[in-house]
Amino acid sequence: MKIIKDKKIVDDSWTFVADGASLPEGDIVVTLARWQAEKEQLLSHSGNLGIRLEPDQNIAEIADDLDKFQLIELDFPVFTDGRNFSQARQLRKHYHYTGEIRAVGNFIRDQLFYLYRVGFDSMSPAYEENLLEAIPRLDDFTVTYQQSTR
Amino acid sequence: MYQYNQDDQTILEERVAQFREQTQRFLQGKLSEDKFRALRLMNGLYIQTHAPMLRVAVPYGLLSAKQLRKLAEIARTYDKGYAHVSTRQNIQYNWPQLEKVPDILEQLASVQMHAIQTSGNCLRNTTTDHLAGVCKDEIEDPRPYCEIIRQWSTFHPEFAYLPRKFKIAVSGAGTDRAATQLHDIGVHLIANEQGEIGFRILAGGGLGRTPVIGKTIRPYLEKKHLLSYLEAILRVYNLHGRRDNKYKARIKILVRETGVEKFTEMVEAEWLRIKDGMVLSDERIEQVKSYFSPPAYTTDADQDSSFERHLQQDPDFASWARFNTREHKIPGYRAAFVSLKAPDSPPGDITAEQLDAIADLAEQYSFGEVRSTHRQNLLFADVRQAELYALWQQLDQLNLATANMNTATDMICCPGLDFCSLANAGSIGIAREINEALDDLDYVHDLGEININMSGCMNGCAHQSVGHIGILGVDKKGTEWYQITLGGSSENQAAIGQRLGPAVAKDRITSAISNILEVYIEKRLDQEKFLDTVNRLGIPPFKERVYENN
Repeated sequence: MKIIKDKKIVDDSWTFVADGASLPEGDIVVTLARWQAEKEQLLSHSGNLGIRLEPDQNIAEIADDLDKFQLIELDFPVFTDGRNFSQARQLRKHYHYTGEIRAVGNFIRDQLFYLYRVGFDSMSPAYEENLLEAIPRLDDFTVTYQQSTR
Repeated sequence: MYQYNQDDQTILEERVAQFREQTQRFLQGKLSEDKFRALRLMNGLYIQTHAPMLRVAVPYGLLSAKQLRKLAEIARTYDKGYAHVSTRQNIQYNWPQLEKVPDILEQLASVQMHAIQTSGNCLRNTTTDHLAGVCKDEIEDPRPYCEIIRQWSTFHPEFAYLPRKFKIAVSGAGTDRAATQLHDIGVHLIANEQGEIGFRILAGGGLGRTPVIGKTIRPYLEKKHLLSYLEAILRVYNLHGRRDNKYKARIKILVRETGVEKFTEMVEAEWLRIKDGMVLSDERIEQVKSYFSPPAYTTDADQDSSFERHLQQDPDFASWARFNTREHKIPGYRAAFVSLKAPDSPPGDITAEQLDAIADLAEQYSFGEVRSTHRQNLLFADVRQAELYALWQQLDQLNLATANMNTATDMICCPGLDFCSLANAGSIGIAREINEALDDLDYVHDLGEININMSGCMNGCAHQSVGHIGILGVDKKGTEWYQITLGGSSENQAAIGQRLGPAVAKDRITSAISNILEVYIEKRLDQEKFLDTVNRLGIPPFKERVYENN
């Protein structure tokens, strides 16, 4: 599968693992519930570990574990739910998280510019069939009024 | 007024390109209606009953003559030759074509105007006192802070998808003419005990379905922390505001459900984390202030004696001067309203010809600037008293000199059922009826200061809940009915109006308003204003009269 990362289209190396499903080889992403229930087993996984948060799951819940995750996915149930913009910013500025932050789910290309500015490195938009068409939206504006996380 | 630099202009032009691309995708079927909806709303574009409505931002109500002429040109080219002033000091067009909107935005951008964030669940146009910079009771001119907030809030990447719309108002005077207590955030310039000027911050006010008066969450904030404090409030709201029910999504509900103490704690905790990282420097404040320095007033304007003479010789002029002009901090100057409340035209409407003429008058009499007010009128802020007579004569010819500011016929009125797809009932027609019932200007003047605010539905665009008399259109099994409230106010003693009783039928609403005014005339003491009489007597005598025939 292709995603947008650092403003380029790249192959995705990560596999999201649903709760209850057996863990595959390689880089995996799990839910908060699974992480909380199976920490030790997940820490002994051979590949990289990522976590997926829903917008109502507070970053504070994983604050002590951030160094365990090479990837944090923030899921958009609907594109109008803007909590992830603040979640990503908090990850970068409050918690100084330096790993990859990825937007997944139901957001749209018209949000890419904002996503990038608040700290997302990569985007996997469920609505987009044509990532190549979406990429220019990362640069909708060349000038901004606010501080950026990067 | 603020002048764009190259960066400001670039942002506008990039916005036009962005919206043009989004509109094209929508028209080509590549962007669904529900997704385009959120995007077009953030550009002030509604789909209304007859046609789209485009709301153009007028940041804190300031317009130049050049901008007025462009608004006139747009009204002629893309609309039906008129525009409408809204209660957020903005300008609305009711008849543009969707596919032409990018062209309109391009035209607007050529005069440093836009429709950015005039609707949608985002940070809206910041509003302020229409007498900012000229009134006598001002602690400091609020407009530089409005501009600083405008820039910070424009395309803020974190706060474009809030739970609901978010409105900020700033007031710098002793008298609150910006309804700051009824905004999501109210900012008051105040002096602390040491005489240093800073801000009092209110949060959680708002109108709409559940009107709430805002509460002070920080009694004093140093100027340098303005943006970090606003950002802290917005972050708490963005993360914790309700998203499960759009009628409970405004910050007022979050403040109420969380409790103001706990909410304040959350904001303060967030603010402590960020305040040192985003300090507003004195240099920055001074730089923005430089755009709002006073115009070149003449020093001997008060030496004129013609103003006094005209007042004595021409009673119509005297009445206009009494009701439609206001004191100015510079001796010999006054601020003069342009009344958009002529009895025969819908409240707040203005034609392209009037816009052009006002641009000329602004250049001739008021340093080339005009302001829009939240009561849907315009204002020349800096007119020499010696020139008021000539200005009045020209305004009169333009049907813009009805001497009724802040009187019963200076009604705030939404577009209502005639235009708006949300409305339950008509409002413009009722305004016309009330005007016909109050066609005796002497009677209107005798009634004095009365704010009648009328909305065609619960969304309350015309702020009916804070009208001295509020009228709310409701739908009862397909017919239009009207609920009346009394005693609302958006000024210092802000109050939500109380229900008079059951809604009245459409053919009874005008007589009900007449009844209320009769009771006031009968019961008032000396010079007592309408609102004071209502507050003294309460609802009963008014209620009794209105319903005695039902």
